[in-house]
Amino acid sequence: MKLGILALQGSFHEHISLLKKLDVETIQIKLPEQLNEIDGLIIPGGESTTILQLLEKYKFNLKEFNKAIFGTCAGCIVLAELGLIDVKIERNAYGCQLYSFVDDVLLENGDKVRGVFIRAPKIINLNDEIEILGKHNEDPVLVKQNNIMVATFHPELTKETKVHELFLGMIKEN
Amino acid sequence: MEENTYELKTGLAKMLKGGVIMDVVTADQARIAETAGAVAVMALERVPSDIRKDGGVARMSDPKMIKEIKSSVTIPVMAKTRIGHFVEAQILEALEIDYIDESEVLTPADENAHVNKHNYKIPFVCGARNLGEALRRINEGAAMIRTKGEAGTGNVVEAVRHMKQMTSEIVALKTMSEDELNVKAKEYQVPVELVKQVKELQRLPVVNFAAGGIATPADAALMMQLGCDGVFVGSGIFKSSDPAGRAKAIVQATTHFNNPKIVAEVSEGLGEAMAGLEIDTLDVKMAERGN
Repeated sequence: MKLGILALQGSFHEHISLLKKLDVETIQIKLPEQLNEIDGLIIPGGESTTILQLLEKYKFNLKEFNKAIFGTCAGCIVLAELGLIDVKIERNAYGCQLYSFVDDVLLENGDKVRGVFIRAPKIINLNDEIEILGKHNEDPVLVKQNNIMVATFHPELTKETKVHELFLGMIKEN
Repeated sequence: MEENTYELKTGLAKMLKGGVIMDVVTADQARIAETAGAVAVMALERVPSDIRKDGGVARMSDPKMIKEIKSSVTIPVMAKTRIGHFVEAQILEALEIDYIDESEVLTPADENAHVNKHNYKIPFVCGARNLGEALRRINEGAAMIRTKGEAGTGNVVEAVRHMKQMTSEIVALKTMSEDELNVKAKEYQVPVELVKQVKELQRLPVVNFAAGGIATPADAALMMQLGCDGVFVGSGIFKSSDPAGRAKAIVQATTHFNNPKIVAEVSEGLGEAMAGLEIDTLDVKMAERGN
């Protein structure tokens, strides 16, 4: 399996280091033609306005990628903006940096992970097609629809691989 | 629940990696920067080249203007405090901006001490010319470092000097014995654990951006190839003939820094860059402020 990490801007090195722990082969994706080489894509944290602008400039067509995609924080916003997942996002929902926080995220399988929320968005509408995989208090913070998974926090900033393992499981299922 | 920890402060800087932070003096400029793909804006009253031209004491910006900029964009907003001016820093924290730049571009308020950045909930970025300076700032609580370069000159030579200096000092740690590391820590005036951490990581333990004199897409790509994590552009954008076009081009060159074809393509037809200055002709060398 070869995983692509969208490397236009943001915390792509952090995703790559974490996946190394899981012995997953990764490549940095900077241009759309590279999408053919990979089995799944991660869109990292960063600034969503920057990433969206660069995706458009280089004519990435993620709608036709048809393989599993995982977006963290900005990546989550990007996937919602592009209509790849049917959720509404409230940007900077907790406020500015002063209100960034770390707290437990409870996964649907009973596991707990360290949730690093930095100027994080919130997922504010859910329909029946959206599967909730993780919650912070009552808020859904890790959700999936078909082969798209999004997190409003940054598993790539921790040493825990559980959330990435969920994504790898999704790729294998497909 | 943990808030305002060093992990969260350095974490925000990691989200800015591979991006361009742009100086803006009005809400309109902030919107242009955001649309062009800036990862953050630095709100200030005058860009460094104007501070240089006007002379006099340069201070923290008017809170009204910082608030206007903050309400006009969704990307993080940074603002500058004078070196050692811990009350300006308190004001910026009260304004709830996302990052404070304790900056040599403003006139220093204290010739001996920097702000004790551990005392603040808001993260700080500081300038450095070499590894010792970077580690002293980190030891004081800085969560992000940038080269000082020489702001407001449109001349990248000092930023290159500072980045190369830092890199060579980091590489030199590789072969040092325990005793030599202790000597280095004394020379740098920081705990030896911090020096050991850099030896191990072979990079700074925080995000390190380029700043000071970057004016073209090629300058940005140059600094990225030298190992910087991202780029600050001060006067370079809004003192050029086509700010929106140049801002976009610098964003793309920062992303595709290793792809000369793209850097060539985005460099085409950008119009006049800001006027540049020779370092030898300067009356004030901002990089020499603070140590």
